[in-house]
Amino acid sequence: MTTSGHTWLKVTPADSIPPREGRCVEIAGHQVAIFNTTDGLIAVENRCPHRGGPLADGILNGTAVVCPLHAWKFDLRSGACINHPEASAALVRYPTRVEDGIVSIELLQATGSEEAVTLTCEHRDRPIRWVHRKSSSSTCSGDPVAETSSLNSNPPRADTSQGNGYVPQEL
Amino acid sequence: MERLVVVGNGMAGTACVEQILKHKARFEITIFGDETQVNYNRILLSSVLAGEKSEDEIVLNGLDWYRQNNIRLRLGVRITDIDPVAKTVTGDDGMVTPFDKLLLAAGSSPLIPPIEGCKKPGVYVFRNLDDTRALIDRSRVGAKAVVIGGGLLGLEAARGLQVRGCEVTLVHLMDTLMERQLDSRGGSYLKAKIESLGVRVLLSHATAAITGETHAQGVRFQDGSEVPADFVVIAAGIRPNTELGRKAGLTVKRGIVVNDFLETSHPDIFAVGECVEHNGICYGLVAPLLEQGKVLAATITGNKGPRYEGTAPAAKLKIMGVEVFSAGDFAETPGNDVIRYEDPALGIYKKLTLRDNRLVGAILVGETADSHRYMDWLQSKLDLARHRRALLFPEPAPDAGFDLAQVSDTKVICGCHGVSKGEIVRAIRDRGLTTLSQLKERTRASTGCGTCTELCQSLLRAVAPQFVDEEKHALCKCVPLSESQLREIVRGQRLRSVQAVLDVYGNGIGCEICKPALSYMLDMVWCGEHQEDRSARFINDRVHANIQKDGTFSVVPRIRGGVTSPEELRRIADVAEKYSVRMVKITGSQRIDLLGVRKSDLPKIWADLGMPSGQAYAKGVRMVKTCVGTDFCRFGVQDSIAAGVELERRFENLFTPHKLKMGTVGCPRNCAEATVKDIGLVGQEGSWQVVVGGAAGKKVRKADLLVTVESTEEALQAAALFFQYYRENANYLERTYDFVERLGIERVRRETVYAPIAVQQGLRARLRKSKALARDAWLEGDMPVNPTQFVQIEPMGSLT
Repeated sequence: MTTSGHTWLKVTPADSIPPREGRCVEIAGHQVAIFNTTDGLIAVENRCPHRGGPLADGILNGTAVVCPLHAWKFDLRSGACINHPEASAALVRYPTRVEDGIVSIELLQATGSEEAVTLTCEHRDRPIRWVHRKSSSSTCSGDPVAETSSLNSNPPRADTSQGNGYVPQEL
Repeated sequence: MERLVVVGNGMAGTACVEQILKHKARFEITIFGDETQVNYNRILLSSVLAGEKSEDEIVLNGLDWYRQNNIRLRLGVRITDIDPVAKTVTGDDGMVTPFDKLLLAAGSSPLIPPIEGCKKPGVYVFRNLDDTRALIDRSRVGAKAVVIGGGLLGLEAARGLQVRGCEVTLVHLMDTLMERQLDSRGGSYLKAKIESLGVRVLLSHATAAITGETHAQGVRFQDGSEVPADFVVIAAGIRPNTELGRKAGLTVKRGIVVNDFLETSHPDIFAVGECVEHNGICYGLVAPLLEQGKVLAATITGNKGPRYEGTAPAAKLKIMGVEVFSAGDFAETPGNDVIRYEDPALGIYKKLTLRDNRLVGAILVGETADSHRYMDWLQSKLDLARHRRALLFPEPAPDAGFDLAQVSDTKVICGCHGVSKGEIVRAIRDRGLTTLSQLKERTRASTGCGTCTELCQSLLRAVAPQFVDEEKHALCKCVPLSESQLREIVRGQRLRSVQAVLDVYGNGIGCEICKPALSYMLDMVWCGEHQEDRSARFINDRVHANIQKDGTFSVVPRIRGGVTSPEELRRIADVAEKYSVRMVKITGSQRIDLLGVRKSDLPKIWADLGMPSGQAYAKGVRMVKTCVGTDFCRFGVQDSIAAGVELERRFENLFTPHKLKMGTVGCPRNCAEATVKDIGLVGQEGSWQVVVGGAAGKKVRKADLLVTVESTEEALQAAALFFQYYRENANYLERTYDFVERLGIERVRRETVYAPIAVQQGLRARLRKSKALARDAWLEGDMPVNPTQFVQIEPMGSLT
């Protein structure tokens, strides 16, 4: 199936994420942490830019999460690290919405001969592209915008051990 | 000797008498007070209402003070008449007292607006200690209270009642809360904050009547709408008590008129405090009253000279969880520069008004740390050209001693009592003061509103060679109270959840430092009868396993005393293979660690193991390490295995301020290293030594001997006393070795094994109660606290 444009992927009932906690969900080979914050549900990549800690397991204070490994703290609204200002890395944030009690995450599905799925990176407004391949090999889809993302030291991190057909692509 | 009669035993009158005494004037002093209390700090009544302070804590001058200074004190007597010619006062008991000089410090009364039915039972005011007692008595959880008046007093009453569990509606006539101190923007920030704390606010509501047949049942407004209420508090302002002034024929306008020397129109009658009007202004705040008292003391003792020239109005709202400061003129008139900062998410609003580069007014809502600086600028009329770029940001981190070193000796640190830096420093040096309470007693600094407490402490720290910080450091910025204060609050206010503590006493959000600490505290104080909130726990305590660097977990089953069996070992081996455990390791604590387990596998592994949690991830009871003792060892003189297994059984599944490791050894050779454990039992011929506070981690410390006892049961009991004492008194994340060092082993002994029997029984009873409610955490594998506690969520929809 090859469709184009933005779609919303239904992820989980909103009440499966308790208040002030986070949960991890895997989408397109990508670990996404969804938090039930005082500002509503916020989804970011589930990977601390410091040493890759699972942010979904961190303590959530209002809209800030604390990585359980070395206590790096991030403002989920901006994605910025709060207590290590020297670190330029910010978290990728994904648009979410809740409808009929179900949390959805926005995906950008590209057209073309290949089926590609892009998770939108909200705080920069620049999509990071993920290529959906039925085979385990992957192809570059050549999105110039995504390249800017990696310049911002905010690249998606390939994790080939999570092989279920979706292979994140660093472009 | 001249006779001085003082009418009014409140803060203004008594403070003035204190100043008079300093002049060494020879007066025979009589003070009349219509309340039955000795002089107390009226500003802190809101703290009494909110349960933060006891009545005793707000007493300013106890009976001793009157006695020592030969002051005749008559309480519960209201002066009803003054004869200015014969120079006598008459009390409501009929007694006539002559005076040579009369000091009127009659204060003020609650202003009751013309509201129909305001005399009904169930309508209260909030002015003195008796009013406060009545309100405390009336308030109960779920009671509906309406507070009329959105000024300082009304807000304090509303918050106090709300902390006591009442459902409070605050009604205000104007469209801005505290409109005399705040602009409309600042008022809206305050409103949002108060509402977020659970107080309902109705602005622009004119109260027409108190409804109800026999007693107050609600409030009706002029627009016809109504709010039901179980009781009503009127806090609409104050009115100077001027009747006596009128009777004495003094010039009276809104208040008793006084000049710059606090003289009235009668040469031997003086007045001070809320009952006076100076330059057209009646003051209702503490700082002006105390300034007036100083001037009046000079005048009345024949040292006439100092003038009272008015006080810049400054007010600080003193209620838990809401910070408001306002001073000077904040009107946005032409010619004023207005500098503003707002952060709606944090609820911070700051506004400064400047004229000719000098501060003329300030409003701070949500963050008042800088109020001292602004007050200083306001009073000194400092040219701020040099500070313009940093007007709204906090001063650089106060390295107190250094910053204060720049401050001149004449600068007043305690505005309430007018104590200067020089006076404080001299008192500390000359009297060898080392604690804040000594400083308070000696100089009265920081006994008023308390805002200068930090500064006083900084001075002590800088000047006193061996400063003793009585209050331990606040837990963190989110809950700015010490842990011992918080324990009392949790107990006293019957708070049973982390969020409740944060909402009422903190910023409502909390952080990774205070939330786990509060979680522990609640569990400890309520012995398990609290509302467990997993969101406030570190991940280890949410999934009962130790998180590893790659996000997987380690699993350590309970193996009491390190004694296992072939059958158990077989099960562990099977589990390790079945779940492809990446490493199986014997730990330093004689346990077996299965490393590299995925979160979603944890419940299955626990089920397959069929063993309880070893708590190797928790700030709790870890294990007891043992040597083989008398069973096999040819040197063993005590059964260290039996003792160790029993010790572990008695304490397991309980939480402690930090991890707690124990050891038992059957002879002084100490093969299981009991002397470097938090609690150790060291066997000797015919006795056990119970040792505590040992460490072999980042720090190595030999444990202190707590007690030597004969039987194993006595040793276990002694260990239990220390164990519970540590649980109740240590700060969170304070290991026993720091705790024992901080208190000293002598004190620990005195308060545990050598404590009175009743104290010991208390410790044991609370430990028993906690233990009875403690459960093996791994039972949650079958009964998760929420459905996604361990599972990895799978998307519902599909991508293709």
